[in-house]
Amino acid sequence: MAKQRVMVVGGGLAGLAATMKLAELGVAVDLMSLVPVKRSHSVCAQGGINAVNDQTRQLGDNEWKHLDDTVYGGDFLQHQPLVHEMTLWGPKVIDLMDRLGVRFNRTSEGFIDRRRFGGTLYKRTAFAGATTGQQLLYALDEQVRRWEVDGLVTKYEYWDFLGPILDEQGVCRGCVAQDLMSMEIRSFAADAVIVATGGCGLIYGRSTMSTVCTGSAASRCFQAGAKYANAEFIQVHPTAIPGADKLRLMSESARGEGGRVWVPRKPQDPRDPNQIPEADRYYFLEQRYPTYGNLVPRDIATREIFNVCVHEGLSVETDRQCVYLDLTHIDRRELDRKLGGILEIYEKFQGVDPRDVPMKIFPAVHYSMGGLWVDYERKADGRLVAGSPKNQVTNIPGLYAIGECDYQYHGANRLGANSLLSCIFSGLFVAPGVKSWLGTVPGGAAAEQPAKLFSDAHAAQKSRQDAIFKRPTSHDNPYDLHFNLGNVMTKAATVVRYNNNLREALQVVSDLAERANRASVVDRGDWTNQNVVFAKAFEDMLPVAKSILLGALQRDECRGAHFKPDFAPPGIDATEPAEKRRQAEAWCDKFEANNRQWLKTTVATCSPDGDPVLTYEAVDTTLVPPRPRLYGLVGAEAIEEVWKERARKKNQTPPPDSVVASM
Amino acid sequence: MTASHQSPADAPRTFDVRVLRQDGPGGASYWERHRVPYEHDMNVISVLQRIAAQSRSVEGDEVAPVAWECCCLEEVCGSCTMLVNGKVRQACTALVDRLLVDEPEGIELRPMGKFPVVRDLVVERQRMFRALEKVRAWIDVDGYYDAGPGPRQSPEDQEVAYPLSQCMSCGCCLEACPQYTKVELTRDPGESDADFQARQDQTYDSAFVGAHAISQAVLFNSHPTGTYNAGKRLDALTQEGGIQICGNAQNCVAVCPKEIPLTTSIAKAGRQTTWHQLKKWFDQ
Ligand SMILES: Cc1cc2nc3c(=O)[nH]c(=O)nc-3n(C[C@H](O)[C@H](O)[C@H](O)COP(=O)(O)OP(=O)(O)OC[C@H]3O[C@@H](n4cnc5c(N)ncnc54)[C@H](O)[C@@H]3O)c2cc1C
Ligand code: SF4
Ligand code: SF4
Ligand code: FES
Repeated sequence: MAKQRVMVVGGGLAGLAATMKLAELGVAVDLMSLVPVKRSHSVCAQGGINAVNDQTRQLGDNEWKHLDDTVYGGDFLQHQPLVHEMTLWGPKVIDLMDRLGVRFNRTSEGFIDRRRFGGTLYKRTAFAGATTGQQLLYALDEQVRRWEVDGLVTKYEYWDFLGPILDEQGVCRGCVAQDLMSMEIRSFAADAVIVATGGCGLIYGRSTMSTVCTGSAASRCFQAGAKYANAEFIQVHPTAIPGADKLRLMSESARGEGGRVWVPRKPQDPRDPNQIPEADRYYFLEQRYPTYGNLVPRDIATREIFNVCVHEGLSVETDRQCVYLDLTHIDRRELDRKLGGILEIYEKFQGVDPRDVPMKIFPAVHYSMGGLWVDYERKADGRLVAGSPKNQVTNIPGLYAIGECDYQYHGANRLGANSLLSCIFSGLFVAPGVKSWLGTVPGGAAAEQPAKLFSDAHAAQKSRQDAIFKRPTSHDNPYDLHFNLGNVMTKAATVVRYNNNLREALQVVSDLAERANRASVVDRGDWTNQNVVFAKAFEDMLPVAKSILLGALQRDECRGAHFKPDFAPPGIDATEPAEKRRQAEAWCDKFEANNRQWLKTTVATCSPDGDPVLTYEAVDTTLVPPRPRLYGLVGAEAIEEVWKERARKKNQTPPPDSVVASM
Repeated sequence: MTASHQSPADAPRTFDVRVLRQDGPGGASYWERHRVPYEHDMNVISVLQRIAAQSRSVEGDEVAPVAWECCCLEEVCGSCTMLVNGKVRQACTALVDRLLVDEPEGIELRPMGKFPVVRDLVVERQRMFRALEKVRAWIDVDGYYDAGPGPRQSPEDQEVAYPLSQCMSCGCCLEACPQYTKVELTRDPGESDADFQARQDQTYDSAFVGAHAISQAVLFNSHPTGTYNAGKRLDALTQEGGIQICGNAQNCVAVCPKEIPLTTSIAKAGRQTTWHQLKKWFDQ
């Protein structure tokens, strides 16, 4: 049999981790990326990476609690054995990255320092200055470069993945891709293809993501028959700096250090913010949540800021949504000491000193929890079968997905600093499984498949591009249509969702798809034609955009990042004990009934015309029984009491204290 | 810092952007003028996005969108290096309001001069990554199986190393360096991918490695495990194209967007290579 090769598409944390592990296992890898892998989006992550550690362990933490925090934060929508395995690997992943030379911050004794992130009580987060993602990515990039020198890895940087190649049995035998410089379209034979192409924030126009995060690669797999799951779960971060090109993250610590969020009471008050007296300011978070003030949890902050601008019309500016995040009442020196780094980011991009002038911020699309549907193989004890070819495989044999572009690990909502972990973990974990697949792949090596398989796939992509070039000049261009798409999606499918808006948006996106099919490109040349590359990426955003909208429309409930006011369960208001008890019982009944209907993975398949068809799949919640998230709800104590009684009756066992991991 | 120039009242309605374009490698370059409607909070990237959407020059001719590179838009990926009003820098942190204050006439964009132009503002920087191979900028770990934690490091060592580890391979330091000269190869007819790559690597290796790579060698030599292979890195730095070429002009450190102490690294590398040479000489 000819020598087997694996194609890894995407060189962020996930793709690089998979590449280096495969190389270690002796597998030859082709690594493809739109940008030099060192420039992948993962460099943007600032905060850190989570794992249980010796210090938290002594305070009562363990991997099971990390699992519990993750699934609770994700509103129980993830398959728990995967999360379990990931948390067990967490400490080992940090150790490995440490050995690879990541310059994590240190304690005075020379151990890795930790900080606390949202959604947990423990200091699990390791960090390297304010550039953890960059540091982790570089360490993996360096290892892959080492393998490149050894000849086991071949890089194809500045290549665009156009789609997988499937044989008659539906087995993935390689992919078609395009050189972004020479515009050559080429078929690559591969015995397995691993897609690690990150998130799809660009569907929303501007987000906190990088410009390559179009989701086009995942969409091309989707359109080729791969299932796409939980598309509607998109995380929105409450505080980002609006920019004409990108919405840049403003860390939660600004509020942690005393930052106050407000808008002028008079809509679009033209006065300089520093001249607006207290009485004319509306500190809406402090007023509505007197206990938590500006430090309400992320999703609540996001919703309130959105609401005050979009529904109450109190945005600071007329032509753009934003509120003030004010630090000007805090002493300069204190600000420099505690927030120096992040204030410099604001200053760098806004040209304004946030120590003197209140910052303008607005929520921004930040992370795609959904993505390509992938499988796994579990054992009875709730662990995964290491080296199983089923781990991380899509429904197309031989086509794998890892990192942000798969749908696993984060359920309905991702906890801060868990993504870097899931990316590296899934990359390392997929490798032995892919190697097993190589040993059993039916019908010989990919390179020995009939030449026609590859030439047909090539021809199909070639004719797609030719068709775009042949379109008569139209007044629509992909850049303007993309701008429209961003607006529609941001309005209908971010923070607060209503069915009539979603229905309308679906119609608009369908119209955009029609127009996209006629939109012409100005550049019809065959050298570094970014115009046609973007045109294709834009067209491929649409099936995913539709899946997000349809998924959100059909899911008549609130779960994690998916919030529909029309289906939000009200709290309980009775004061008389018996009535209160009755209401709490009823609340819990409703919660259980809702879970029976909606604690399900949304699975989209793409019809030939690009419209998604949805089905729903059960979620493996066998390790941690689902329980309600009652944060901020009226009557929470009474509900919790009832819930606990029910759990005891069902004889749900308390979590074990500690589980030993092996790598 | 004042924010007065930001007020929409005295902002221009439009402004002009002159771009030095080139259709392909080795081709002639030409200037093209674009007029862009002013918006708040624009940077050079958003200007290029508007230019792409307009696809029309000031003269009203339909033109292909200008090609450029970008990714993170936060100055951490190193993609978007170009000459903005003559200065090498990241386009994503080049704010229009500031540029117009300094240069009310408009904005001028040119590709980097030390790397071959691919098209318009896109240049070929593979040579930078080749330099990282040359100096073995990695830790030679045994493997990726669990082997416990890495070596302990003092917070002081971390504070010295961390800035160096932020190098994003943007190439600003090389553009500014008088000793770093452009290497541009064209493929011979009939030359295979592999042959061209090999010829390219060889040519790159004999030309100056550059400040970024010297600094990376210093970074890895300072790591407790990295130090095991310090000798190999120092050998690389004393070969043809090595540290001896640096004329200590200090231009590099002045333009590094990450404020990496490059001249400190170069001085350290200089001392390390001298000792290394002497030691080798005595050991003979
Ligand atoms: C501002 C910001 C801050 C964050 N901070 C944190 C944090 O502190 N902690 C945390 O855990 N998470 C954080 N996240 C999330 C985390 O950074 C990402 O989820 C993670 O880096 C994704 O990694 P990845 O390997 O899946 O993909 P990416 O790093 O996005 O890489 C995708 C790769 O695929 C390639 N690619 C894409 N499309 C194609 C195509 N069509 N053809 C060829 N190649 C293609 C790209 O070139 C790239 O190499 C943050 C995210 C953002 C936006
Ligand atoms: S100090 Fe050396 S590397 Fe830096 S600019 Fe001068 S000659 Fe170039
Ligand atoms: S040293 Fe600075 S200027 Fe040079 S490549 Fe690195 S980040 Fe860029
Ligand atoms: S786009 Fe990444 S540095 Fe400018």
